[in-house]
Amino acid sequence: MLAKRIIPCLDVKDGRTVKGTCFVNLREAGDPVELGKSYSEQGADELVYLDITASHEGRRTFTRLVSRIAAEISIPFTVGGGVGGVEDVACLLDAGADKVSVNSAALRNPAIIDSIAGRFGSQVCVAAIDARCEENGEWRCYVNGGRIPVARDLFSWAVEVADRGAGEILFTSMNHDGSRRGFANDALARLAKTLPIPVIASGGAGCMQDFADAFSIGHADAALAAGVFHFGDIALPELKIFLQKQGISTRISPTFHEKLH
Amino acid sequence: MNIAVINYGAGNICSVVNALRRVGADPLLTDDPEKIMAADRVVLPGQGEAGHTMASLRQKGLADLVRSLRQPVLGICIGQQLFCEYSEEGETTCLGLFPGVRARRFSSLWPDTPQKIPHIGWNTVHSLRSPLFDGIAEGAFMYFIHSFCCIPPHSPFTASITEYGGVTFCSALKKDNFYAVQFHPEKSGSLGERLLSNFLHLS
Repeated sequence: MLAKRIIPCLDVKDGRTVKGTCFVNLREAGDPVELGKSYSEQGADELVYLDITASHEGRRTFTRLVSRIAAEISIPFTVGGGVGGVEDVACLLDAGADKVSVNSAALRNPAIIDSIAGRFGSQVCVAAIDARCEENGEWRCYVNGGRIPVARDLFSWAVEVADRGAGEILFTSMNHDGSRRGFANDALARLAKTLPIPVIASGGAGCMQDFADAFSIGHADAALAAGVFHFGDIALPELKIFLQKQGISTRISPTFHEKLH
Repeated sequence: MNIAVINYGAGNICSVVNALRRVGADPLLTDDPEKIMAADRVVLPGQGEAGHTMASLRQKGLADLVRSLRQPVLGICIGQQLFCEYSEEGETTCLGLFPGVRARRFSSLWPDTPQKIPHIGWNTVHSLRSPLFDGIAEGAFMYFIHSFCCIPPHSPFTASITEYGGVTFCSALKKDNFYAVQFHPEKSGSLGERLLSNFLHLS
């Protein structure tokens, strides 16, 4: 049976992991490769590394980091952050990334999704969408790390990126991100119902029940979180067992399984 | 031991090389027929579209060569599909190493109850019947990412089966010296590394 995936997300700046709360106030949380390895050993199903460095030099550091991750980590990982064109994708895939997420560049030039899917296959193309539920109840997309709103509704944009060939959607609710009040389950459920591709829930994880709700109420295929894992609030092995007890299919990592007996 | 990983233009080949290194091997990424023939183990890895990858194998003169190999050969993901008779993707005639086994589009197998495509994530393998699974338990999780699957599930060459959205397919196949897996052992954590190690240590 296909397992619901738990995905720790590592924000990387100048080669170090940091975590933003509501997209500001970054705190550092360790070496990206060591942290990723540790998550993998504890039963993470995938990893996401987001490059939040803006500088040209920072990008080269990130690409070198991607090669190290690919050499040392034995589970799939997605990289993203500042991906501007197909050549950036080629560079990150060459360095060993399994998937690349594209966000602002796709909202500015939607055809980039077609280009990535056409050249490398849908399976490498993760469409990341940052959206906020505005006061009028509409979900509006944002670019530039959640700084600039654009005239695009979350749901119509999600359908469009799927049509254009994205393999997965990584939806971050800006209202929920960093709040630890749970995921945006209503919006997630609507996305899951309308999209033919998997949806990764992001933003709002605070406790183990939040993950269970993202799967059972939000019908997400995967759930992503950062801070609750980085600062040890939630341990992956316990989370997996918690979900399994609620009847949610999860992959219990074999190394941890052995420790149980 | 010489391990040749065939470089034929499929995607994500370096992750197989990385994983083989993690289990202590020193693989050679090559499209040189002589080096492939001389290797102790051969891996046909990667992601890609069946038509293009098959055409690329033929262009490099490797299609007949792969068929003629006598050492253990492992096909991964698109590699498994290319070992089959035919793929619905691009209506491609494949290598025919597993007669009667065909790669079908998931969506053509469940016209009434659509599921999400691609089949992405960790799924379980069952009815394990291959030395590649030594030390790996029934129901172990492996990482899959694909839109086409090999059927029928109960062929004479089936080495494991997996179910997704009501369709049961061959997640591993074996005939003589040819081994194939639909999932990505190079991305399946410690159990995937165990499978690769088993492949290297086949007697």
